[in-house]
Amino acid sequence: MDGDLKVALVGNPNSGKSTLFNVLTGLNQKIGNFPGVTVEKKIGFVKLSDQRNAQITDLPGTYSIYPKSRDERIVMDALADKNSPDYPELIIFVADASNLKRNLLLFSQVADLQIPIIIALNMMDLAGQSGIEIAVDELAQKLGVQVIPISARKQQGIDRLKEAILNSTSIPLQLPSIEVEAIAPELIQKIQDELNIEHPYVALQLAHQYENMLFLSAEQKRKIQELNQEFGFHSQKSQASETIARYNFINDVLFDTVKIHSDPKRETHSNRIDKILTHRIFGFIIFFAILFLIFQSIFAWSEYPMSLIEQLFMWLTDMGTQILPPGLLTDLLIDGVLAGLSGVIIFIPQIAILFAFISILEDTGYMSRVTFMMDKIMRKVGLSGKSIVPLIGGFACAVPSIMSARNIESWKDRMITIMVTPLIACSARLPVYTLLISLVVPDEKVWGIINMQGIALMSLYVLSIVSAILVAWVMKLVIRSRERGYFIMELPVYRMPRWNNVLLTMYRSVKAFVFEAGKVIIAVSIILWVLSSFGPSDRFEKIEARYSSEAMKKQYPQDEIDRLQASEKLENSYAGMLGKSIEPAIRPIGFDWKIGIALITSFAAREVFVGTMATIYSVDGDDSHVESVREKMQSARNPDTGLPVFTTAVAFSLMMFYAFAMQCMSTIAVVYRETKSWKWPAIQFVYMTVLAYLASFIVYNLLK
Amino acid sequence: MELIQISFIFDSDLDRDMKLSQFLPGQTGIIKEFTDLEMSVKLMEMGCLPGESIVVERLAPLGDPMAITVSGYQLSLRKKEASTIIMQ
Repeated sequence: MDGDLKVALVGNPNSGKSTLFNVLTGLNQKIGNFPGVTVEKKIGFVKLSDQRNAQITDLPGTYSIYPKSRDERIVMDALADKNSPDYPELIIFVADASNLKRNLLLFSQVADLQIPIIIALNMMDLAGQSGIEIAVDELAQKLGVQVIPISARKQQGIDRLKEAILNSTSIPLQLPSIEVEAIAPELIQKIQDELNIEHPYVALQLAHQYENMLFLSAEQKRKIQELNQEFGFHSQKSQASETIARYNFINDVLFDTVKIHSDPKRETHSNRIDKILTHRIFGFIIFFAILFLIFQSIFAWSEYPMSLIEQLFMWLTDMGTQILPPGLLTDLLIDGVLAGLSGVIIFIPQIAILFAFISILEDTGYMSRVTFMMDKIMRKVGLSGKSIVPLIGGFACAVPSIMSARNIESWKDRMITIMVTPLIACSARLPVYTLLISLVVPDEKVWGIINMQGIALMSLYVLSIVSAILVAWVMKLVIRSRERGYFIMELPVYRMPRWNNVLLTMYRSVKAFVFEAGKVIIAVSIILWVLSSFGPSDRFEKIEARYSSEAMKKQYPQDEIDRLQASEKLENSYAGMLGKSIEPAIRPIGFDWKIGIALITSFAAREVFVGTMATIYSVDGDDSHVESVREKMQSARNPDTGLPVFTTAVAFSLMMFYAFAMQCMSTIAVVYRETKSWKWPAIQFVYMTVLAYLASFIVYNLLK
Repeated sequence: MELIQISFIFDSDLDRDMKLSQFLPGQTGIIKEFTDLEMSVKLMEMGCLPGESIVVERLAPLGDPMAITVSGYQLSLRKKEASTIIMQ
């Protein structure tokens, strides 16, 4: 479906803008990115009548046209540049009827940009309940625009809104609010003349925001800067007087259009919940209980679908090997593409569950309370109250958690959160840890109850939290940001979650993950497959010749031969050669080339370590496979010294390596997707690898 | 239309007036003026205007930030930010 009318949704956060977007467009939406920024751009399509469709862009929620964060800048970027692909032909301004005064500030600013605009007056039902009476027709008359009362949650008034969109004119009809020229009389005129700008308020905004406007040329920016200096333009003073003038105008408008019969009863409803949920003691208990529930659910509820997905892929692999003719293409399809695909699909249950919870917490208004409660602690280490959710989610999987860091408005806080989340001990580390712990930590109990292996595992989890906090603190000092941190935040009233919104959020995040991160994961899987299944051809030919000899066939059964051959091929593959080539670098931390191969292959995902160990030590892939890998690893001897390979020192060194190293290409892919640059994943990869190496080096040398 | 300049206070005024950050939960007051231009702009956008009345609802469990009711909704802000609001 193609849209013939470009519509933008503009409004305050919590005004129900996104709900309206979902109601209007349903599943008919796609997610892109605004140029140059990390914010995702939601575009949807709606059928207005038999002939006309509209393309609707959901612009980020903001309280004013003066942006406080990078994300909010998008609104101005989209609305100031007539040549921008995002420039709308019509704005639907979503206003919260229960808080009209503050909402109209943004309206009056946007209206002055002289783009046709209509108001969707949302939450009329809530306003009614709290004793607010709005004379809609008078309001429309005073502002000169169509005002349509709706309830996005109850899907009321949507047809009337569609009609209003159809009835909208291509010329802006809004009545003037404040005298814009009076704010900076000559300057505005000059900028209009110099840059050929039609509307004075656009010119004023350019005087304020020219530095960040993507569509201005360097020459134009320099010109505005000169004019600003010439006329002694002071951005903040000008903004302050503009804001006051606008509120004067709004007070005039609202004076005889809105009547408030205050009803203290509803006030206390949200307040009463807050008394418990943000209570000194209960507040934290409830919060940790909720986290515990989420954490448990991510593990427990995803277990069944994940094993189904695993089985499905095993079945597909099985079928593939049986049906397809043996050969390179089949191997590529099965061991490369299919393996990569399963690595993507397997995360879907965890992503869906985590995002369902986050969406519920957001929707009900609880998330802003969590931020409120945790802000003081988190601020000390350079994070924000909102960082707590991604960090906790990191115990399950860094991939959905990094995606959930989108909720953090401050760019710096968000970046630090993204950078430290992969340090949290995720579920993929669990198989690696259990294998290594079972190798070197005795399965004994201290004082009869405390299991030594359990202590070791728990210590690794605690270590992950401590390291995330320390790294965050360091990054707080290192990362520079011109944004001044704010915590002026609305605490929305508690409401029931909107279930279709929850489902849509799940759907959107899964889709984004599969398509965006999935591409990278599959590509790297294929590369890894190539590296580990190919080697210099002469070497491979020799191996094949040796294993197909009659002498071999007499000595060993066929499946034993296959295993030995696979093991030797891996050793001589490019991956094996890489393992050997990095051996000098990893010897100081106690690793040999075989572990080197595992480090390389498990770059795809940490749990691949176990599988690679299994292949290298050529173990059967049966059910007791962890057990037998353990035995093989335990009996592995260094060919030169005759001493065991996996000593306590080596095992703990490996654990440290996996605790810190960025051994997860899904995470790298998702960090790239979320930050839209290779810079951040590169920094993250380097710092984590350096930390891993240092930690392993220290631990290895202490225990050696 | 006449543009109103917001007044910025002199040090001598500080003794008489209370900052919002000094208010305790349950206390009510009316905004008089701001001491920080940058912050005042952000606060006014959120509906904290001179002449508007404020109710301090509660403090976060660790004493900071604070939650206030202003122009019909709840707003949370750090004490540092609240200290730029001078109350009548």
